[in-house]
Amino acid sequence: MAGATTAGRAHAPSVSSRFMRLSATPGQIALALGITVFLVLFLIVPVGTVIYVAFTEKGTGEFTLVNFLDFARTDLFIRSFWNSVYVSAMSVVVASIFALPLAYITTRFEFRGAMLIQTLGFLPLIMPPFVGAVAMLLLFGRNGTVNLLLDEWFGVKIPFMEGLNGVIFVQAVHYFPFILINLSTALRNIDRSMEEAAQNLGSSGFRLFHRIVFPLAMPGYIAGASLVFVKVFDDLATPLLLNVKDMLAPQAYLRVTSIGIADPMGYVISVVLICMSILAMWISARAMRGKDYATVQRGGGGLAKRTMRPWESALAYATVLLILLLVLAPHIGLLLLSFATIWSFSPLPDAFTLAHYGRVFGESFVYIKNTLLYASIAGLIDVVLGIAIAYLVLRTKLIGREWLDWAATAALAIPGVVLGIGYLRTFYGVQLPDGTPLATLWITIVLALAIRRLPYALRACYAALQQISVSLEEAAENLGATKMRTVRRVVLPLMAGGILAGFVTSFATAAVELSATLMLVQSNADAPLAYGLYVFMQSAAGRGPGAALGVIAVLLVALCTFASHMIIEKSQKAKGASR
Amino acid sequence: MNQPFPISKLGTNAVDVDIRNVDLSYGTNHVLKGIDLHIRPGEFFAFLGPSGCGKTTLLRLIAGFNQADGGEVLVGGRDVSRLPPWKRDVGMVFQSYALWPHMTVRRNVAFGLEERKVPRSEIDRRVAAALELVGLAHLADRRPSQLSGGQQQRVAVARTIAIEPKVLLLDEPLSNLDAKMRVQVRRELRDLQQRLGLTTIFVTHDQEEANTICDRIAVMNDGVVQQVGTPMELYEKPANLFVANFLGTANILPGRVVHEGGERFFDIDGGVRLPIPAQVVVPEGAKLVFRPQHASLAGHGAGDVLLPGIIVHSEFLGSTLRYVVRIGAAEVSIDTPFHSGETLHQPGTSVEISLSLRSALWLAA
Repeated sequence: MAGATTAGRAHAPSVSSRFMRLSATPGQIALALGITVFLVLFLIVPVGTVIYVAFTEKGTGEFTLVNFLDFARTDLFIRSFWNSVYVSAMSVVVASIFALPLAYITTRFEFRGAMLIQTLGFLPLIMPPFVGAVAMLLLFGRNGTVNLLLDEWFGVKIPFMEGLNGVIFVQAVHYFPFILINLSTALRNIDRSMEEAAQNLGSSGFRLFHRIVFPLAMPGYIAGASLVFVKVFDDLATPLLLNVKDMLAPQAYLRVTSIGIADPMGYVISVVLICMSILAMWISARAMRGKDYATVQRGGGGLAKRTMRPWESALAYATVLLILLLVLAPHIGLLLLSFATIWSFSPLPDAFTLAHYGRVFGESFVYIKNTLLYASIAGLIDVVLGIAIAYLVLRTKLIGREWLDWAATAALAIPGVVLGIGYLRTFYGVQLPDGTPLATLWITIVLALAIRRLPYALRACYAALQQISVSLEEAAENLGATKMRTVRRVVLPLMAGGILAGFVTSFATAAVELSATLMLVQSNADAPLAYGLYVFMQSAAGRGPGAALGVIAVLLVALCTFASHMIIEKSQKAKGASR
Repeated sequence: MNQPFPISKLGTNAVDVDIRNVDLSYGTNHVLKGIDLHIRPGEFFAFLGPSGCGKTTLLRLIAGFNQADGGEVLVGGRDVSRLPPWKRDVGMVFQSYALWPHMTVRRNVAFGLEERKVPRSEIDRRVAAALELVGLAHLADRRPSQLSGGQQQRVAVARTIAIEPKVLLLDEPLSNLDAKMRVQVRRELRDLQQRLGLTTIFVTHDQEEANTICDRIAVMNDGVVQQVGTPMELYEKPANLFVANFLGTANILPGRVVHEGGERFFDIDGGVRLPIPAQVVVPEGAKLVFRPQHASLAGHGAGDVLLPGIIVHSEFLGSTLRYVVRIGAAEVSIDTPFHSGETLHQPGTSVEISLSLRSALWLAA
């Protein structure tokens, strides 16, 4: 047993050479191999297949660049590409316009309701963006509430939702929290003395903001902005639902679903999508490199919060209210729609009813059940893998352990639609004993969700394990616990909060995910909520029940998130008390 | 005007700082209670006290980061109490240095001059001069994160003196340095201050730091200035028990004064009595205070009184031997020089302490 306990941890120079040669215990090696097999099967092979198909000649399998030349020669694809770039960039701009004032006001001033705003800011994220799109059409469309009122009062209409505008607007409203969260954190992490030093040297007001505060918050802003860019670039359902087809992700989907799984163009577009993702992440990483500006020192605390003068306060509240109204519009619209009998060519619905909810609970309950099942299993897979990878990376000397981390994190760069296409292509050929292709089983959806959300869960587990001092484990081993029992009795209980946080992130985002699943759902009986929503929302008659289903989805995710937040809080408090 | 940096000019223009009856509360927490201080032109002055005594609050108040509830702060005769920080012309070096990580050393130092709309050519000259002054001209294009702690500290100083402030404020500038650097940097700070002749206020909780570089010290506790004086005055003539305790080791013997047969005696709690010399004034409720070197074991020094006691601890400190001796109910520390070949008295040994009453103090509270 003595050998088993020391072999994995060769950090002391005095450890004898006998142990230096062994890089890990057999159990750890088996664990690492298991994870590797999983990642290879469900991430590397499918994505590799997509790239392979894009670069090979159809039929012969020889290397070729013809497919990419075809892509470049087709007007539709080039237009789609630039449309996607334009929409993503503009979404970042519009999202910044929403996020900047909220972040600035809530972090820099004594502002009542700052917590509420930060919380409400998250709300758009727990609903698939395309669900909001329908509600946004009703509120901001050509004959929506706002334009009808504008027309009546001023005789003008604003084309909020026309063509690409609609996609930009919906995406900005949906994804601006990423910028809000990152920017707020960056602003809060600036040490107060940074600002005071500038004041002491004669700087104040806007110059102070422009020269010191904003540059210091810049890495956070870029992190958020690049995330928004990638998400919008990869999103499939929102443009489709708004009937915008000439963007890249919808094109990839349409090629594969309408022309066929053998058509190489869908794969070429997938490769372009991956490249754009990687490019955006690379820019973000470059912007962050060497700029760890989280400068809060001991006794520091964030920027000084200032009390606002009455007129400033009025202005701030007006701004915040306007933005909140705008970003919560999809939810408000959805709620109205779910209770509406008919809502068309009028500012508000004609009458209200509960019928949609009745219908949803009757016939669509399978969607809810499926979602709960899929998202839970995916979340579970993610935390198990997350804990294992974090443990192997942080606590063992296993050679090549970082590769596990990199591979799992690489999933971030793979758009959902690409993963979906990869799964279809790879697993359609794999048949079960009874002859059904593996790709048609619901477990494929779960695996896709798990791979997509693994990076988030992994980060949470990583952070949780990093906070635990190694000496706590050494103490357990010193008192006779084996590695396995130490993990079970010391490490896991201390990681519990982080594990749960990782699970919730995976669960909540998997529950509203559609990009990957749209490809993989084969029958209504296996479909998750997001897919059901998508089907409902495509027909005018289905909007009422669709909205009801959307409201239920939002409530479901919100409830789960809130519940686990409470549990984390409680366990954290208990741990604090016992310390 | 060919001179690179008008250093000499500063010295002759040194201003005083007048703090008058300053009061400050955070809610119910009374942080500064009627502070009155006068800091002379060109003086190196320290606010010394334990954490939470209000010394940093007072420094930040001079810089304008805290607003006093009452009283005023005058810099060179001008009331700055209502001015925002950026109009005060008092340079502050922050405890964390607060160097902006997104700017090079040169840009950091130039910042204050740029804010003052100084012409570019003069900015370049003054930045170069300030960096020269702290010996970092060769690192001007580095980022703060590429510098050592000591270098960062010097950049922070250069950045502050580049604007030629009227007063220099130093907030625990040595606390983020290791022990060896601390001694070196404090000498550098002292030299620099002497050359510039700049009125400087230094906040610290370390009495050794304050003693070694400051002209005068204000000892603070609980939001009140306990005593102002030169380091030697504070050590030799502490005004109260707090000052005596905070600056160096002090032995404190509680007891009460008794009159018997026309003579005064001091009954140390626990049953030891000693006579009080006729000319000594003993305030009401006073305790007997003396430094470890003002007493010795009987036979080793010339004291006026002998006190019986029992050794509790004995320590060899190199040049001296330190005995902790119980006298009555109190324990006192006695330092005696170490002579070659001497052995330590073991704990439990009964000894007599020879105390020089002329060096001892009678302090109430």
